[in-house]
Amino acid sequence: MALLELKDVHTYYGAVHALRGVSLKVEEGEIVTLIGSNGAGKTTTLRTISGLQRARSGSITLNGKSIETAPAHEIVRLGIGHSPEGRRVFTRMSVRENLEMGAFLRKPGPEVQADFKKIFDLFPRLKEREFQAAGTMSGGEQQMLAIGRALMGQPKVLLLDEPSMGLAPILVEQIFDIIKEINTRGTAVLLVEQNAMMALGIANRGYILQIGEVTLEDDCKKLASNPKVKEAYLGV
Amino acid sequence: MSTLTARFAPLRARSNAYFAQHRSLGVLVAVITIGVALPLISRIPPFGDLQSMNAWVNAFTIAGIYALLAVGLNVVIGFAGLLDLGYAAFFALGGYTYAIVASPFFDIHLPFWPMLIVGALIGAMFGIFLGAPTLRLRGDYLAIVTLGFGEIVPIVLLNADPFTGGTNGLGGVDKPVIPGILEFTLINPWPFYVLMMVMIALVMTVVFRLQDSRIGRAWDAVREDELAAESSGVNTVISKLQAFAVGAAIAGFVGVFNAAKLTIVAPDQFKFVVSISAVAAVVLGGMGNPVGVAVGAFVIYLVQSIFLKQLNTLVDNFNIPVLQEIDFLEFQYVLYGIVLVLMMLKRPQGIFPAKRRIRIFKDTVGGAK
Repeated sequence: MALLELKDVHTYYGAVHALRGVSLKVEEGEIVTLIGSNGAGKTTTLRTISGLQRARSGSITLNGKSIETAPAHEIVRLGIGHSPEGRRVFTRMSVRENLEMGAFLRKPGPEVQADFKKIFDLFPRLKEREFQAAGTMSGGEQQMLAIGRALMGQPKVLLLDEPSMGLAPILVEQIFDIIKEINTRGTAVLLVEQNAMMALGIANRGYILQIGEVTLEDDCKKLASNPKVKEAYLGV
Repeated sequence: MSTLTARFAPLRARSNAYFAQHRSLGVLVAVITIGVALPLISRIPPFGDLQSMNAWVNAFTIAGIYALLAVGLNVVIGFAGLLDLGYAAFFALGGYTYAIVASPFFDIHLPFWPMLIVGALIGAMFGIFLGAPTLRLRGDYLAIVTLGFGEIVPIVLLNADPFTGGTNGLGGVDKPVIPGILEFTLINPWPFYVLMMVMIALVMTVVFRLQDSRIGRAWDAVREDELAAESSGVNTVISKLQAFAVGAAIAGFVGVFNAAKLTIVAPDQFKFVVSISAVAAVVLGGMGNPVGVAVGAFVIYLVQSIFLKQLNTLVDNFNIPVLQEIDFLEFQYVLYGIVLVLMMLKRPQGIFPAKRRIRIFKDTVGGAK
């Protein structure tokens, strides 16, 4: 049984049919990436998983338990952390308060305390800026914070929406190293990326999404060497 | 002067730190200080010359009503970031709740004190009743629905004659009594004044506690970014309902007091202008800062009821017929308009901007500096 599984998920924005039967799987310990051009439905897929958008039909299961009708805050509790598109940190709150918001559903105590240490371990920059307002930080730091905040909810699966967006190449590398590190520490990752090259570099498996449909699904190494993928997404 | 302030700086820092830890005690000390100071200040010229001490104390009491309305509305607007333009409706519901069960109209005379709580509960109930179907709306849409609700309530009160006395409202509402000790009267403004101060202390304490609680934290998150709040695990619908309920409860609570103080409730008292004056107070004082908005309301009320009234007398002395015909009291609408426009243009954060206090969950303090 897959950790997270979508079967034939259809999502609409009003009359717009955004997801046209998406099926995908994330297994325990995996990094899975979702690649596609603008408007292919990558963000919608993540939003549908985390309950920010409702699927009209199809099923979404986490550890075999169906979650497609659960409200977003309940899905967080069940173990899906979502670092949304555009970072969406709480700009007027301090870094620490942002992380505390990530732990909103957890009981304060030594365990949360330990997770603070883990996050600061992972992102030393955040420790330096612990009491700074999040809105005054650079894009890269805000991205780290958005990921850190999602991790504070102790997710089993971490959904990352375009973590490289708008970041300098060196920062992108840093972020991707951290994503790998998060994964080796035991969190499965579903990664949505425009930067297909980087994404295929760290992920185990990948899905190609086109106009709301999965058109290709394969091992990342094979995807990276697939001529069609190369031409359409890798720019070679 | 500067050496003097410097000498007191450590003391001030210490007291600030102390009251940050003991906010309820801070509220108590502040309310007692202000409660004693206001009547004294009203003796100082030029204030003392304007009107008698009793008139001042009475004015302060009414200003307190507006201050509490602003504090309650601030929970909705300032804490949770929801624009409510029909807040007077909850104020009305509290007042009518008490008037119906404590007036000659039905010849029921329930005691005042428990009704304060009942008024608050009725307010909260209607807050949830209005909020549940509408809080999925955002920004402007919510504002329009609340505006509608604010209009509907007085109209219903106007037309439900058998229960509300229609246009005339409900008169002869019972004044509070402390059995065997004190009967509140219309002549002596002091008991109402003291009661108002107690209510302010109580509401302020509750509001500060809520602000520091998990609920307050959720409001912060919802106000800043609803989507991010939702994906952090905040139930945003419940969170917004809580803000609506708390705000409405405070309005209902004050509504009971208002009915008992005026001894009459009528639909006219709860028109749109009351909602707007509360919004103006919140904007003037500083959204999100409970003390600021209370001061804002206080200032607005005193300006409109004392200054504009004085302007009438002053202008009458000039014997210019055109000016004499102007009733400056009606300029309160202009006043609200000016306050709202000027503040939004020049200082949208208000006179006393809400300071973002860095709050840390007690159990995680170990990681803090």
